[in-house]
Amino acid sequence: MMQFMLLFSRQGKLRLQKWYVAHPDKLKKKITRELITTVLARKPKMCSFLEWKDVKVVYKRYASLYFCCAMEQEDNELLTLELIHRYVELLDKYFGSVCELDIIFNFEKAYFILDELVLGGELQETSKKNVLKAIAAQDLLQEVSSQDNELV
Amino acid sequence: MAYPMYEVDWSVLPPEQNRRFNPAFNIATIKQVVNEAIERVAPVSVRMPTPTRLRDLIRQIRAARTAAEERSVVNKECAYIRSTFREEDSVWRCRNIAKLLYIHMLGYPAHFGQLECLKLIASPRFTDKRVGYLGAMLLLDERQDVHLLITNCLKNDLNSNTQFVVGLALCTLGAIASPEMARDLASEVERLIKSPNAYIKKKAALCAFRIIRRVPDLMEMFLPATRSLLTEKNHGVLITGVTLITEMCENSPDTLNHFKKIVPNLVRILKNLILAGYSPEHDVSGVSDPFLQVKILRLLRILGKNDAEASEAMNDILAQVATNTETSKNVGNTILYETVLSIMDIKSESSLRVLAVNILGRFLLNNDKNIRYVALNTLLRTVHVDTSAVQRHRTTILECLKDPDVSIRRRAMELSFALVNGQNIRSMMKELLAFLERAEPEFKATCSSAMLHHAERHAPTNKWHLDTLFKVFLKAGNYLRDDTVSSTIQIISSSPTERQAYAAMRLWSSLERAAINGDASEKQPLVQVATWTVGEYGDLLVSEASNAISMVDDDGVDDFERPREEYVIDIYQKLLWSTQLSITTKEFLLLSLAKLSTRFTSQPSQEKMRVIIDTFGSHIHVELQQRGVELSQLYRQYAHLRPALLERMPPMEAPAGRARDDAEPEPEPRPEPPPPPPTTTR
Repeated sequence: MMQFMLLFSRQGKLRLQKWYVAHPDKLKKKITRELITTVLARKPKMCSFLEWKDVKVVYKRYASLYFCCAMEQEDNELLTLELIHRYVELLDKYFGSVCELDIIFNFEKAYFILDELVLGGELQETSKKNVLKAIAAQDLLQEVSSQDNELV
Repeated sequence: MAYPMYEVDWSVLPPEQNRRFNPAFNIATIKQVVNEAIERVAPVSVRMPTPTRLRDLIRQIRAARTAAEERSVVNKECAYIRSTFREEDSVWRCRNIAKLLYIHMLGYPAHFGQLECLKLIASPRFTDKRVGYLGAMLLLDERQDVHLLITNCLKNDLNSNTQFVVGLALCTLGAIASPEMARDLASEVERLIKSPNAYIKKKAALCAFRIIRRVPDLMEMFLPATRSLLTEKNHGVLITGVTLITEMCENSPDTLNHFKKIVPNLVRILKNLILAGYSPEHDVSGVSDPFLQVKILRLLRILGKNDAEASEAMNDILAQVATNTETSKNVGNTILYETVLSIMDIKSESSLRVLAVNILGRFLLNNDKNIRYVALNTLLRTVHVDTSAVQRHRTTILECLKDPDVSIRRRAMELSFALVNGQNIRSMMKELLAFLERAEPEFKATCSSAMLHHAERHAPTNKWHLDTLFKVFLKAGNYLRDDTVSSTIQIISSSPTERQAYAAMRLWSSLERAAINGDASEKQPLVQVATWTVGEYGDLLVSEASNAISMVDDDGVDDFERPREEYVIDIYQKLLWSTQLSITTKEFLLLSLAKLSTRFTSQPSQEKMRVIIDTFGSHIHVELQQRGVELSQLYRQYAHLRPALLERMPPMEAPAGRARDDAEPEPEPRPEPPPPPPTTTR
C-alpha cells in the first residue's frame, strides 16, 4: 500500500501531496522536507529506490518534476515505477503535453486524476481510458452545476 | 491593488494549452469585470468584493520576490478568506477553499478551512462537493475529531443516485478511514460492493480493504460479497478484488484457507491475460495489464506458501509467465520479479527454482540500476532457500559493493554477509574490509559488527582472526559498537601465549602510529584494546623472545621494530596528555600503565611511570583522580602488593551464546569465570 505521494520541483518546491496514513502536520512537513533534500541530492544515474526509515521510497523525475511514492516493504518497487508513469501519462493526456505550470495552476485537477487512479493507497483502475472518461464526465457535471462560479 | 482586475495577459501558459478555458469561464470573467466596475462606481456598497480567483492568487504568490513578500500576500488572502467564512458566504466558498488548499500546500496553516469543507460537502452542487471532499482529504484525518462530522454526509452521499457523488464519498472514506468511520460505514460499503456499477464496485472494494486494515474484526461481513468480485470482466473490479482478498488472507489463517479454492480462478485470469491478444485498453509496452498480473502473482504466493496442493496448481502458470514475459522493458521485469518471489516462496518444483535463480542472475547483470537493485533484494530473500545458487553470483555481488549508489551498496553489503562461509571467508573479508574503509558512517557500525561476528564464526586460524579483528578496528574507528572492545579483549585473553605476544606487537604498532599521527581520538576502541593488550603482555612485547615471532604482513613485509621501554612510556604519556581522548580511554591507558610497571624492568621507565601516575592524583576528573591516588599508593605503603595485584589476567571465557559455529550443538553451560583481580573492578 502506498503511504504517501509527493510531487516536487527541482528547486524543492512541493507541488502535490497525498497522504494515505494519518500523521500530525508537523511530522508531514518534516518528512517532506527531509525526503525532498535526500532525493534531490541523489545523482541522476542512481537507482530509483531509497530505503528510508521504514518505507521504501520510489521516485522518478519527469522534466522538472519529481514524482515520489512511499511504499510498504512488500510492495513491488518496479510496479510502483509503472504506477508513477501511468499517472504521468494521464496528466499528459488530460492537459495535453503537461508541464509543471499546468500542475501548479490546476493542482485540484491533478488531485482529481490521482483520486481516480489510486484509492486508499491502492491502484483502483488499470485502464487509462476509464480514468479519463470518469474525469471528463465529472468536469462536465461541474460545469453544469456551476455556470457562474469559476474556480480559476 | 488587493484584488487585481481581470488581466488579458495569459502569457503564463502557451496558447495551445488555453483551450480548456470554456465559454462559461468567459461569462464568469465578464461578470466579474462588470461587478468590479460597479464597485468602483459605488464605493458605498456594503457587499464583500468578489474574491480573487485562484489563478490570480497563484500568480500573485509566484510573483513574490522574497519569502516575506510571499508571506504578506498569503496572510492578506488568509485574512480575507477567514472573513468570508465568518460572513457565511456560500457563493464563493468553493473558490476560497480551493485557494486555501493551495496556500496549505505552501506550508501555511489552513485548519480554519476544515469546517467550511464540511459545508461544501453538504452542498447539493457537484463543484462544491468535489472541492469539499478534496479539501476534507487534504485537511482532515483521524487525528482531528472534526472528521467524524463528515460521517453523516458520507452516509448520505453513499446513497446518492449520481455515481460520481458516491465515488467522491468512497474516495474520501478510503483516504481517511478512521476506525470510527470504518465501523459506522462498513455496512454501506458492503452494500456498494454488490452494486452492478463497476465504477462504484471497485471503489467500494478498496474501501473494504482499508476498513479491514484499520478494523480487522469487520472482515467477516465482507466475505460473501468479495468472492464474486473475481467473476467480473472489468479489470478495475478484478484488481481491487484481488487486493481485498490479499488483505483478508494476510489477516487470518482461516480466511487464507477459505480462499485456497480460488487458486484455479486466479490461474485462469492470469492465463487469459497472457494468452489474450493485444488489448489497447490494458496494454503497457506489449504486456497485458501488468498491474493486475503482479497483484495476482502476489496473491498466488500467499495462497501457495506451505501448501503443496495449491503450489502444484500454480506451477505451470508460473513457469509460463517466467518463460514468456518480454524482458526488454521495465514492465516485463516487474512481472518477472514478482514471479521469482512467488516461485521461491511456494513449494515449487526444483526446475522452476533453477529458472527463478537464473532470472535473478540475468537481473544482476542488467544495465538498469533498478533491476540490479531488485535482484540483490530478491537474492537476499532467497539466499536461505538455496545458498549455492546465490553463491554463483558472488563476484557480481561483491562488485556491487563498489557501486556509487547507496541503495545498491546497502543491499550488496547485506547479501555479502549472507554469503560468507568457512570456504570463502578470506576473500570475502578482504572485499568487505575494503568496503568498510570507504563506507559512509551509517554503514560502519553494522558492517563492522557483522564482520567481527563472521570472523569469529568462520576464522580459519587464530592468527587470521586476530589480524582481521585489528584491521576492522583500524578501519571502523569510533563507529564500532561498545561491546566489541570487551569481546575482542576476551578473544586475545583466551589465545595461546605466542599469539598474545603477537597481538601486543601488532596493536603496539597501531597505537604508536595513532599517537604519532594524532588520530588516536578517531580510533578510541582501537586504543582501548591496544592499551589493554600492551598492559597485559608488555613483558612479551619488549622481551628478546619476541624477535622469534614473525610479523610479516599481507604484503610480505616485516618492518616491526621492538620498542624500548622508555619509548612505550613516552607514547603513553603523549596519549594521556591528549585532550581529545575520552575518559574511558584514559582509564584504559592509566590502568595499562600501572600494569606495565610490573612488566618493565628498566629504572628510568619505572621512574617515568611513577611520575605520570602521581600526576593523576590531582586530575580534574574524579574517576581518574581516584584511580591516580589508588595506583600511586601501590608505589608507597602498599608497594609489596603491587606485583600480585597487577598480575596477568586469567584467560577470559566467551560468554554463553557466542558459539563458534551454529552447526555445533549448544555448549554445556560454562562455569562462572573466576572473579577478576581487584584492579580491574570498577
